[in-house]
Amino acid sequence: MIEVEGLSKTYRVAAKQPGLAGTLRHFVHRRSREVAAVRGLSFAIDPGEMVGFLGANGAGKTTTLKMLCGLIHPSAGLVRVAGFEPRRRQRAFLQQITLVMGQKQQLIWDLPPLDSLRVNAAVYGLSDSEAQRRIDALAQMLELGEELTRPVRKLSLGQRMKAELLAALLHQPSVLFLDEPTLGLDVNAQARVRGFLAEYNRRTGATVLLTSHYMADITALCPRVLLIHQGALFHDGPLEQLAARLAPCRQVRLELAEPPTSEALAPFGELECLEGRAASLLVPRDRLTAVVAQLLARFEVLDLEVSDPPIEELIGGLFRDQPSAPSAG
Amino acid sequence: MRRVARALLGSQYALMLEYRAEIALWALSGLLPFIMLALWRQAPAGAHLGLGSGGLDRYFLSAYLVRQFSVVWVVFAFEEDALLGRLSPYLLQPLHPLWRYLAAHLAEQLTRLPFAAAIAALFFVLNPGAFWLPSPGGLFLAWLATLGAFAISFLLQSLIAALCFWSEKASALERLLFVPYLFLSGLLAPLAAFPPGVRAMAQWTPFPWLINFPARLLAGLPVDAAAGFGAQLAWIALLLPAVLLLWRAGVRRYTAMGA
Repeated sequence: MIEVEGLSKTYRVAAKQPGLAGTLRHFVHRRSREVAAVRGLSFAIDPGEMVGFLGANGAGKTTTLKMLCGLIHPSAGLVRVAGFEPRRRQRAFLQQITLVMGQKQQLIWDLPPLDSLRVNAAVYGLSDSEAQRRIDALAQMLELGEELTRPVRKLSLGQRMKAELLAALLHQPSVLFLDEPTLGLDVNAQARVRGFLAEYNRRTGATVLLTSHYMADITALCPRVLLIHQGALFHDGPLEQLAARLAPCRQVRLELAEPPTSEALAPFGELECLEGRAASLLVPRDRLTAVVAQLLARFEVLDLEVSDPPIEELIGGLFRDQPSAPSAG
Repeated sequence: MRRVARALLGSQYALMLEYRAEIALWALSGLLPFIMLALWRQAPAGAHLGLGSGGLDRYFLSAYLVRQFSVVWVVFAFEEDALLGRLSPYLLQPLHPLWRYLAAHLAEQLTRLPFAAAIAALFFVLNPGAFWLPSPGGLFLAWLATLGAFAISFLLQSLIAALCFWSEKASALERLLFVPYLFLSGLLAPLAAFPPGVRAMAQWTPFPWLINFPARLLAGLPVDAAAGFGAQLAWIALLLPAVLLLWRAGVRRYTAMGA
């Protein structure tokens, strides 16, 4: 459904030094430099897949999404989405895709969402009865009712996001590009949007490419993730594989009958924290079984839990450990 | 396309009604032709404009009405949408974004109609001698010419708006056009008030066809209708492909900033 090969995007940006002198120099002799926002990205996504797109701010996620939906033209490389070349923005292509950006809106601010939905229905060539049927079905899935008749400006952030999703999906696109669709929502609203997306994917078989800063979105929805770093693909595969790749150690949390000393725990692994009877150790994956057995033999263990460190921390650590390139969004 | 037009006009009209107070103020702020009328009535040169008795009053009222229904602000709306990232969702729908701006303008004109009519009625109350009713044929031609004036203004500003793909503040160019528009369109003075050389030069610009020509038709003053409509059509034929070409080239450069 989505094929990307050697995709690159380079922007030319003004290079100006701060201060008055820098401003004057820039006015007289304008200088610019090229920033590679995306560098040689290649991947393919099958129909119906839900794929998470991860990366730090400025890693190139949004730029990639914009190229995939045809909003901006690539500097190099090939892109095909649903059999079309996105940059040509043919009508048949636009009928099949949607882009939802958590911070942006397409609904008319001062009118109820229904007014915008009527426009969308006409633009996408839906008959009145078909549009009404789809609005009813999507509104039910999104738990939207009289909110559709209230001006958008009077809706809460969560209600507005759900109405935005309804507007973006009214034409039943087969490819969804979702850029931070749960940004700023409270935990309950995030969960409802996630539930809706999973249900939409199950019912329609749509392909979904999702970026989110909330790892809960990714873990709940995306069996596969693409991790992009400084514009290049760092990982393509299951989230667990990424965790294993980023974290050669697993986290062992212990609750002991007696408070241990840090010296007593040191031989078992890297001590993360020790608070009274509770301790947390990082243990290399290949030594895990042996270390757990030794811990159980050495201490009176009340509770023991083995887990991967949170993926946010792993990814954050990866980005901290590598020098950053100029960012592009 | 008819369904799209109906839906767009319906939603934009609903939106404009939300802003009716602002639109009433815009209608009021366009009173410049009445100020100019007061000045021309006092000026000795006013008698030599060849407008006949009451013609001056009719001309400036007509200029006001034509201006009310040919006001264009697409460059400002487009620039804001492009800067704030609102353009992106429009570009991802199978409808040229300019249709949305066109619908917004037509809806705004419909909202202006009662306010403009009220100001015209007040004008007649204060100047009963100036009252006239255009013939149905004259009214139809004036409506066509006003539509032509609106089309030229809309295309001219759309051309400048398309430059937003290259420069974020293309609206500054629009301000450059404002001064020649003010003088050569007939808003400050009928074109007959200018020296023959300036008049001849002005004929080759789009400006006289934006106010002077439709206003004279509406006021029932002598005017070469064939030449006027011909010039309007020529400008539309020139500007329309230029807008489409520049737009197509601009979209390739679009960086979707702010979105």
